[in-house]
Amino acid sequence: MDKRKPLSTAIAEHIHPGDTIYAAGFTHLIPFAAGHEIIRQGINDLVLARATPDLVYDQIIAAGLARKVIFSYMGNPGVGSLRAARAAIERGDLEWEEYSHFGMISRLQAGATGLPFMPMNPTAADDLTQANPQYRTVTDPYSGKAVPVVPALQPDVAIIHVQRADASGNAHIWGIIGEQKEAAFAAQRVILTTEEIVDESVIRSDPNRTLIPGFIVDAVCHVPYCAHPSYTQGYYDRDNAFYLAWDQISADPDRLQSWLDEWVYGVKDRAEYWEKLGPEVHQRLKVKSKLSMPVEYGDY
Amino acid sequence: MTNYTSSELLTINAARLLRDGDVVFVGVGLPNLACNLARRTHTPQLVMIYEAGVIGAQPSRLPLSIGDPTLVSGATSVCSMYDIFAFYLQRGNVDVGFLGGAQIDRFCNINATVIGEYANPKVRLPGSGGSMEIAAWANRCYIITPHQKRRFPEKVHFRTSAGFLGGRAERQAAGLRGSGPQAVVTDLGILEPDENGELTLTALHPGKTVEQVRENTGWDIKVAANIRTTPPPSETELRILREELDPDRIYLK
Repeated sequence: MDKRKPLSTAIAEHIHPGDTIYAAGFTHLIPFAAGHEIIRQGINDLVLARATPDLVYDQIIAAGLARKVIFSYMGNPGVGSLRAARAAIERGDLEWEEYSHFGMISRLQAGATGLPFMPMNPTAADDLTQANPQYRTVTDPYSGKAVPVVPALQPDVAIIHVQRADASGNAHIWGIIGEQKEAAFAAQRVILTTEEIVDESVIRSDPNRTLIPGFIVDAVCHVPYCAHPSYTQGYYDRDNAFYLAWDQISADPDRLQSWLDEWVYGVKDRAEYWEKLGPEVHQRLKVKSKLSMPVEYGDY
Repeated sequence: MTNYTSSELLTINAARLLRDGDVVFVGVGLPNLACNLARRTHTPQLVMIYEAGVIGAQPSRLPLSIGDPTLVSGATSVCSMYDIFAFYLQRGNVDVGFLGGAQIDRFCNINATVIGEYANPKVRLPGSGGSMEIAAWANRCYIITPHQKRRFPEKVHFRTSAGFLGGRAERQAAGLRGSGPQAVVTDLGILEPDENGELTLTALHPGKTVEQVRENTGWDIKVAANIRTTPPPSETELRILREELDPDRIYLK
């Protein structure tokens, strides 16, 4: 089934005020274009779940569209604080629910596999497990010991960016695969954004690389450069200069709003945003080729 | 005497703690530099793994973030975040973890979460990330931090990750698989837990004094009877750091 549609249509159809969304990707493949489209459409009262909220959620929070954030590391990776999110929490304007990375992704693992909760070994870091009542313990029926558990997370919507997908949403991902598969299987609805739309035969040529099957995908959106300033392995580099610059932009609320005006509200879509970045940025983010060895599947 | 900066001193002393063949859960910044330095000097068989799910990384440039694409190209394996924490860390396949935080206390518990009340934080810090599990489950943990009084309170405001809790016996009773922090490397010297898990000054860097350590620690810190002096950074260590690993001085400020 052909599920291709413009990103603006997919966001309007599948994301509603009050929804819990999970825009996946650990540093890699973060769907910034989808975050910007949510901001342009002004979809509010959102619960933003991500292990690492990153700049994409800092921007949605700065646009005033988030009610709550669920996270495990709220920083600008390698740089410092996520200033808009941090300021909103320190002002008392943003609810939060906090885990460690393993707690957060264990919630997704439970959600993705249809289990009610996920057990973990103890860490004795009890301040967090006491501060967040979602951390509980159960008794191991075999040993009688107490086992920490976290509840399943099943977001309303997952947004997953990939290198290539066919029109029905069968998707190949390589490089850092973070929690993309878990988020997609855990969510009620899945919006897929992709650098390239390819023929089904390309997907079938390498089935081990298919992390997401089309039948759990609701919309397929062809959005080249969707992940900038994050990156797509083999397609374009991470824009570290922008991650450093964001620390300055977000330090000043007026400057941050001007940035949103210029780069989010002021452009129609990702194609216009990429064009606006200009040839110097395009050149700087180019990646030299390094192909893997082909594998022999055999013709049976 | 050769000149070197505090961050060079921290990085070189951290690198020396690694053993050949160690599987290391690498953090971004100075731990990453320390591991790459060790791999180029005394631990060529070091296996670097990253919480993003990369095993056996051989980065050709210095990554700004822990999820940089240079970690992937040429790595041994890439897996999901669930797999890296479950199959590798929780299962006991990680020898060394590096930790950092805003505060480290007398029993080496670490705060990376809040300054002030959790519900009404004065300063909201990034939070645990992977450190809660690394501190509990890696066989050995090391901490790299500048030596400042505000970073070394007697008791942390929030225990993000477990050191020895209220003492070594308490950690043992909690049933954690890893053996906990082994050393805190600062720009003044090295602190190691004693038989009760209490941080004790065991080594000073060249030219540093016990008085400086006392002035910059938030409790009356114990000093080992047979205190050592660390060997100064060698020409080779400094050359690799400055010329090969961080020529643009992104981390070696």
